[in-house]
Amino acid sequence: MAYSEQVLDHYENPRNVGSFDKGDDSVGTGMVGAPACGDVMKLQIKVNENGVIEDAKFKTYGCGSAIASSSLVTEWVKGKTLDEAMSIKNTEIAEELALPPVKIHCSILAEDAIKAAVSDYKQKHGK
Amino acid sequence: MNFDFKQDHFSLFGLPRRFALDAGQLDSAWRTVAAQVHPDRYASAGDAEKRAALMMATHANEAYRTLKSPLARARYLLLLTGVDTREDTNTSMPADFLMAQMEWREAIGEAKDDHDVEALEKLARELHRDAAALQQQLGVALDDAGDLDGAAVLVRKLRFLEKLEQEIGDAIESLLF
Repeated sequence: MAYSEQVLDHYENPRNVGSFDKGDDSVGTGMVGAPACGDVMKLQIKVNENGVIEDAKFKTYGCGSAIASSSLVTEWVKGKTLDEAMSIKNTEIAEELALPPVKIHCSILAEDAIKAAVSDYKQKHGK
Repeated sequence: MNFDFKQDHFSLFGLPRRFALDAGQLDSAWRTVAAQVHPDRYASAGDAEKRAALMMATHANEAYRTLKSPLARARYLLLLTGVDTREDTNTSMPADFLMAQMEWREAIGEAKDDHDVEALEKLARELHRDAAALQQQLGVALDDAGDLDGAAVLVRKLRFLEKLEQEIGDAIESLLF
């Protein structure tokens, strides 16, 4: 199957690969996995005192579409508030990357990962 | 023969509807059913009958494959009780399980980079042990505890392990051939 140019770009030059200290209070960590394809995604956000995401990192084991989806999402969430990050939809990710229908679940994984990271951060801060 | 497409796979082979399974019993039951519906027996039959026989044979093979595989059998048992394992959509696995998945992937990648077939075979053996442990837990959850939600989580976990097994196999193959 041919990947779109957008997927290849993120796949070949993934943005924001890496990780933050999970124990840091300003960090929210989301880990999700898709049983059907075995993809695993860890997405972390670093939130400043104004509740704005100032940095994000990811580590993904999976196909090119899963890596591209997580790479794209880490770019998108920077500068967003937690609520704005929560409103990112998998359909927007799929559209931006021109994912074919069989790869839509990769974008769902990325949406779930960002939601999990925000929830983790909120839980840490008792919200 | 009378062939009821609505009966479940266990009834088709005259087996109890449970996860624990006597593989020999399944094999012999399948051979009996397969012989009854084998297309060769319908060589001189009319087109409609031939088509029906082919459908029955296909159905019996599909039923056999489903019951033979522990993962597919557990998924099917859950489906019969109305529980969808949601392997395509449920992404919220326990964090420690996902961490372990990442570590597996790293170990496979490293062994592959080092061209270390022995290390890959060792990983395959460990994986096999983990899968056997999950299957045992599935037996308890489905047959004894009636813990359907717990069983659905176990099915999703086993699905990850199945994928890992495939990746280890692919890695070994890429180094050997």
